[in-house]
Amino acid sequence: MTNPRHRAPGPADPGPAGEPAAPSRPGRRRRGSSHLRLVWVYPDLLSTYGDRGNLLVLERRARLRGIDAEAVSVNADEPVPRTGDIYLMGGGEDLPQILAARRLRADGGLAAAARGGAVVFAVCAGYQVLGSEFGGTEGEPVAGLEILDVRSGRGERRGVGEIVADVDPELGVPRLTGFENHQGVTMLGPAVRPLARVTTGVGNGDGTEGAYAGKVLGTYLHGPALVRNPGLADLLLTWAAGPLPPLDPGEEEWARRLREERLAAVPG
Amino acid sequence: MGKLPLRARLATTVAGAAGRVSRLSGRGDGSVIGGVVGLRMEPDLLRLLAADRQIVLVTATNGKTTTTRLTAAALGALGQEVASNAFGANMEAGLASALGRAPNAPFAVLEVDERYLPAMIETTRPKVVALLNLSRDQMDRAAEIWLVARRWREVLGRHPEVHVVANADDPLIAWAAGGAERVTWVAAGQRWHEDSWCCPECGSHLQRDDLGWRCGECNFARPATRWVLDGESVVDAGGRVRELSLALPGRANRSNAVVALAVADFFGVDMDQALPRLREVTSVAGRYTRLERRGRMLRLLLAKNPAGWLEAFDVLEPAPAPVLLAVNAQGPDGKDTSWLWDVDYRVLRGRPVLVTGERRLDLAVRLEADQIDFTLAEDIDDAVDRVPPGGLDVVANYTAFQQIRTTLGRAQ
Repeated sequence: MTNPRHRAPGPADPGPAGEPAAPSRPGRRRRGSSHLRLVWVYPDLLSTYGDRGNLLVLERRARLRGIDAEAVSVNADEPVPRTGDIYLMGGGEDLPQILAARRLRADGGLAAAARGGAVVFAVCAGYQVLGSEFGGTEGEPVAGLEILDVRSGRGERRGVGEIVADVDPELGVPRLTGFENHQGVTMLGPAVRPLARVTTGVGNGDGTEGAYAGKVLGTYLHGPALVRNPGLADLLLTWAAGPLPPLDPGEEEWARRLREERLAAVPG
Repeated sequence: MGKLPLRARLATTVAGAAGRVSRLSGRGDGSVIGGVVGLRMEPDLLRLLAADRQIVLVTATNGKTTTTRLTAAALGALGQEVASNAFGANMEAGLASALGRAPNAPFAVLEVDERYLPAMIETTRPKVVALLNLSRDQMDRAAEIWLVARRWREVLGRHPEVHVVANADDPLIAWAAGGAERVTWVAAGQRWHEDSWCCPECGSHLQRDDLGWRCGECNFARPATRWVLDGESVVDAGGRVRELSLALPGRANRSNAVVALAVADFFGVDMDQALPRLREVTSVAGRYTRLERRGRMLRLLLAKNPAGWLEAFDVLEPAPAPVLLAVNAQGPDGKDTSWLWDVDYRVLRGRPVLVTGERRLDLAVRLEADQIDFTLAEDIDDAVDRVPPGGLDVVANYTAFQQIRTTLGRAQ
């Protein structure tokens, strides 16, 4: 399970360790292959469950590959820049979620960046906001950003607890381990694929968990989902920066031990 | 107790006996089991025990145990017995047990769990409710904190006779207390802003500046305050300024003390009578306790959520004094450790950091991300062995804190 390899979408496979990094491909990254711009969208509203962890993990894993990652936090009273490489959105309570959706729709920056091919990683409330609608304070439908072909509503019960799910084999990411805490139920449209199949927990509510299309990915694994799932972090980095060299196992030791402990703690 | 109906009297007697058994058998401090037994015999026990007393309920995410202790200490100036659940047993059984143990106390200062405040207001009919702060805490078992604030607002709206003492610097608290008829507003400060960027009234973005906070769209704004925490000093409603000079450390405890003074003032205890009593409080249910272990002087700090850890880091001995962080994720802690990522650990650079507790690997990965060197310790004694003789500050969440106290012999 050490050093899982990740296939980038398309034919490019990571070269063997030690091989020089592939030349940068044309595209979004204007500053060469060694610079990544990470945009944390609305930490003032959508950051209820340690969402900063995802930013820190991406920064660290990029840095260890010699990629210079620049993190930008954008509050809800600021415009969302359109030139980011990876956008992160976290979880939040009902009121902040509704306000975030309203502001992001009016701003247009995130949707424009996603259309332009930027990577978007959204968690819990942020995942719901990416879809066409989600449930408000009384369960009423609230309009989302329509970046991802999903629609969310309010379920009967809150799904709270450890979640384990097996990732779509297309993505080459090991089994997900995380924590979920939401009352949302999410229906996937034809333009997306489920991120994973739930083995323990609730996820979307129909046995699937999360959704992705192109380089936009949403999940109910809340808060610092990438901490326990470095494979998912590397998938996002690969989408943005191309194939990555493997890490020195010593750099992954603590994450690997945490991951094993959490997977072992869940029955089944 | 003479006025209590027979069944309630019997229930109180049996409850007291159960509590003593619990203490003697070493199973606990007896503050919950007695109440549980008593309530099973007389479901109306808490209401009966609370009748005809002057009751203060204290609630918050952080600081409720300490503020309860400080308020009870201040009311001691009245020269009459004050009942209190001093050990943090803050649900119905704990309250019943505290009142049952002090049947003749005309006053009671009771800490209440945030989620139980509405029910406890209905049952105990308090004179005063003190509201300190609301922030993310054990989100896997608590409802969204905005919903907690809304329930407070609703119950206070139904009870105009209740006098509220509330922290005006916390927008969620101000909104909840806004449901009440009579409020003493206290400028008690707010270090943690991350759960109050949204206007609780209309859902728009709150704006903050040196003068406080206000909504950019509706009229909701920070109320004018009568009591103010100003650095190390308190300013009372009459403009008098006094140094707090508490034995308890940190800004958070100065904030708790100002609320306690405002509550005491409501009952006619002057600030100058109350302050010497507050200064005598040196530890609260094991918190801030200093104790010696194998030649090291330990100080125990309980902190259960990001706002609490921020306040705990504030009172650490200066670097290079070592610190031990201990985290569990049992039921009372919340089973979700995500909150560890909401804390900024970079202030710990330059000192030895040790980690322990059932979820020490979560801490390890977290500290690695902030590029902080750390050492894993099996338990408190292993940690003690790994630091040189001298001081060791211990920051622990709830069950980790209790485990350490048990190991150290429940020393006070």
